[in-house]
Amino acid sequence: MKFDEWKGFKEGRWQRHIDVRDFIQKNYTPYEGDDSFLVGPTEKTTKLWNEVLELYEKERENGGVLDISTDIASTITSHDAGYIDKDLEEIVGLQTEKPLKRAIMPEGGIRIVEKSCAAYNRKVSDKIEDIYHNYRRTHNDGVYAVYTPEIRAARSSHLVTGLPDGYGRGRIIGDYRRVALYGVDALIDDKKEQYALTTANNITEEIIREREEIHDQIQALEDLKVMAEKYGYDISKPAKNAKEAIQWLYFGYLGAIKQQNGAAMSIGRTSTFLDIYIEKDIKDGILTEEKAQELMDHFVMKLRLVRFLRTPEYDELFSGDPVWVTESIGGMGVDGRTLVTKNSYRILHTLTTLGSAPEPNLTVLWSTRLPQSFKEYCSKMSIKTSAIQYENDDLMRVYWGDDYGIACCVSAMRIGKQMQFFGARANLAKTLTYAINGGRDEVSGKQVTPKFAPVTSEYLDYDEVWEKFDNMMDYVARIYMNALNIIHYMHDKYAYESLEMALHDKDILRTMACGIAGLSIVADSFSAMKYAKVKVIRDETGLAVDYKIEGDFPKYGNDDDRVDSIAVKIVETFMNKLRQQPTYRHAKPTMSILTITSNVVYGKATGNTPDGRRAGTPFGPGANPLHGRDTEGAVAVLNTMAKLPYSYAEDGISYTFAITPATLGHTEQERVKNLTSLLDGYFVQNPHHVNINVFDRSLLQDAMDHPEKYPQLTIRVSGYAVNFTKLTREQQLDVINRTIHERI
Amino acid sequence: MDELIGRIHSVETLGTVDGPGIRFVVFMQGCPLKCKYCHNRDTWDINAGKTYTVDELMKKILRSKSYFEASGGGITVSGGEPLLQVEFVTELFKRLQDLNIHTALDTAGSLPINDKIKVLLKYTDLVLLDIKHIDNEKCIDLIGTSNKNNLNFANYLSHNRIPMWIRQVLVPGYTDDEKDLLKLKEFISNLNSVKKVEILPYHNLGKFKWEKLRSRISFRKRKTSN
Repeated sequence: MKFDEWKGFKEGRWQRHIDVRDFIQKNYTPYEGDDSFLVGPTEKTTKLWNEVLELYEKERENGGVLDISTDIASTITSHDAGYIDKDLEEIVGLQTEKPLKRAIMPEGGIRIVEKSCAAYNRKVSDKIEDIYHNYRRTHNDGVYAVYTPEIRAARSSHLVTGLPDGYGRGRIIGDYRRVALYGVDALIDDKKEQYALTTANNITEEIIREREEIHDQIQALEDLKVMAEKYGYDISKPAKNAKEAIQWLYFGYLGAIKQQNGAAMSIGRTSTFLDIYIEKDIKDGILTEEKAQELMDHFVMKLRLVRFLRTPEYDELFSGDPVWVTESIGGMGVDGRTLVTKNSYRILHTLTTLGSAPEPNLTVLWSTRLPQSFKEYCSKMSIKTSAIQYENDDLMRVYWGDDYGIACCVSAMRIGKQMQFFGARANLAKTLTYAINGGRDEVSGKQVTPKFAPVTSEYLDYDEVWEKFDNMMDYVARIYMNALNIIHYMHDKYAYESLEMALHDKDILRTMACGIAGLSIVADSFSAMKYAKVKVIRDETGLAVDYKIEGDFPKYGNDDDRVDSIAVKIVETFMNKLRQQPTYRHAKPTMSILTITSNVVYGKATGNTPDGRRAGTPFGPGANPLHGRDTEGAVAVLNTMAKLPYSYAEDGISYTFAITPATLGHTEQERVKNLTSLLDGYFVQNPHHVNINVFDRSLLQDAMDHPEKYPQLTIRVSGYAVNFTKLTREQQLDVINRTIHERI
Repeated sequence: MDELIGRIHSVETLGTVDGPGIRFVVFMQGCPLKCKYCHNRDTWDINAGKTYTVDELMKKILRSKSYFEASGGGITVSGGEPLLQVEFVTELFKRLQDLNIHTALDTAGSLPINDKIKVLLKYTDLVLLDIKHIDNEKCIDLIGTSNKNNLNFANYLSHNRIPMWIRQVLVPGYTDDEKDLLKLKEFISNLNSVKKVEILPYHNLGKFKWEKLRSRISFRKRKTSN
């Protein structure tokens, strides 16, 4: 490959092969300085952003959805060009022809689209209903055609939950940087070469599938060029300056979100890549710092406008209209240089130039070796906005190298070289009550699993219950993996992400990303059995419906090995069971300890548990302790988190932390210093993740009562950030009732 | 020799205002004072709390080591009045200093200085000294005891050049008289080793603890300051 657009870049392997990492390593400029170079928004930016804020307001007034494109099934090329305000926009491109107008993507499931439209008093056009009811099968139809009775039972009793069988699986990150670096034609040539590589052997089912997929990928890339042409851009060749690089990259992403309504549509690790173009333009005298920030502001504004149409049920699971445009920032290279650049600052600075917001999901890859001034800048922005999450780069670099990104909340993957089959989660708290009740549901009394021997004694015996729990986990792991295999087979078949996969290598690592909910409840339950006495209360049918705990017991989240070791054992045992299941496309099973906001829904569906938790009350989110059970302060609970083994939860371990500003210190300077040290002290112990929230409870209470006063109030929940006022009332109460570390 | 046992009310693993850096704060059980504005009312009873050996507590504290290192922090023993369990605290500080961990003692100096306390102070890197009231009569009204020990303690620290932070809680109607504050200022300016002076706002977050203990002694009459 040889392009004039590459003039001025250092040569390397990246010119002969699709290898973005090599380009970055050869050409980027690490930045160790502080934030003093940053500038405020341009007039143009402020004007445009105010227009966006007005649109937000209209969207809110309209019940959360401004408009729906009900007569077009969205594809890469389906809609005409759309603008917020054409004259002001440096970076262009919308999902439909109007901002915040949501597209429909019936390939995931027509009934879900119909339901979503109905929730906002709209109706899908007759033509689309006709096509997807009578001519074209959807992912959702495919799944339900083959679901087994066991899976259906486990699903409807909330033993396994949140499965992507009615919505796009997401959590795939296209390497959108490739569009900017190579231009689309070079990517098509590369795919054509890959296609030719599949003919040497006998044509097996696998090869047929692969050839069809590559064929579709090439088509998607062709479509992407057409989409860009509608905006007056020819993206067949590489980008030649910073503005084009951002625009090309964003077009790649835009094509993906026009094709897929994925649960999480993350953007990858783009800011340091883009910095190379910005640095070059500034050096060449064709860009100023003001204009550079303006480009990043306009790019981020586009990311803040991404919308998907979803059902109210989905919203209950993943509250607040999240998209997970996760951008991974910073980290260290394997050669010891920091991957922090000036543009790492610029993207975080959008929290100031445009104000706080939940999207893009800003994720700092923390290393204790990050430049001190960058660490302190991150802390400062966390204290100011509560919009940043932190993940342990020193831990993940060992697994995934130095060009991985985070999909969704905590799922690390090598960009362009790895994807996951998203698998939501199994409810381990219910698995425990089923173990005690021999597979009967503790709420409905129905026999959900085949009959197992229930516990019949008056008091729960640790060893007996563990054995039964272990057996029930075997059952759940099997049913759960069966469901996931079906879902991903059908998703590949009926709703394949051809553009995102076109921005991947040919041979990639696939993970089967399972998950668990209710870890702290199960750990505390076993701790209660071991260190206190748990008396069973049964109804007239012999169903254990409640528990009475006599005595005190160590609780998860207080750095107490007696119970934390039980939590570790649960994680390792369940992961080992998943590892024994056969997986679709030989995916590697992994597991997350992450609930997103679904901890509230799981709690609702789960009866009384042996740890003393009452029926219907929320679980702790992710790996968090149950609300209020961590009593020894923040460091103790962070120490508990650091014990959970990443090697058994490679899809990520989410911990959400909240602290009041006063507890961090008296002055801003002290707070910044203390938060920075807290993160260093934490991450050096090898945990995976932390969401940092800095606010007073009273602020949230006021925001509940007066949402109009807080249009941009952002908080971190499990793995993502959310606009607080967009949460359901139940979710808001859950957040307020969580442990907020506070000095009395 | 019998193993030393400490009575501990609770611990806070993330202290950020009771000494430099991130602090592991141990609240010792028991207090001889009866401050009207006490926000840890449940630490008064010397016989309550959880018992720990020095070993047990050390093990817990050392779990915070990475945070001490990252922040230049350490341990703060508070209360209650930690001087009531001087031997336990001394042994603890001795072992912590052996490991180069910074030790801070948060006290009201409410006991007369004796040999045991002198030994403890040898192993103390910083004293957070709470001066309750500079005026003796008002002090008696406020905390039920004279300020003699309190002020002597400050003088002893000064004389021996032991670093201290002076603190006073600003209780409306009690410690906010300008004359008293000026007197306090004068007292402090004659001390040698004061590194910091903090006037802490009074808050009523401890109110629920009083209510829980049904000891409604004058608490509700206090106004809060912001």
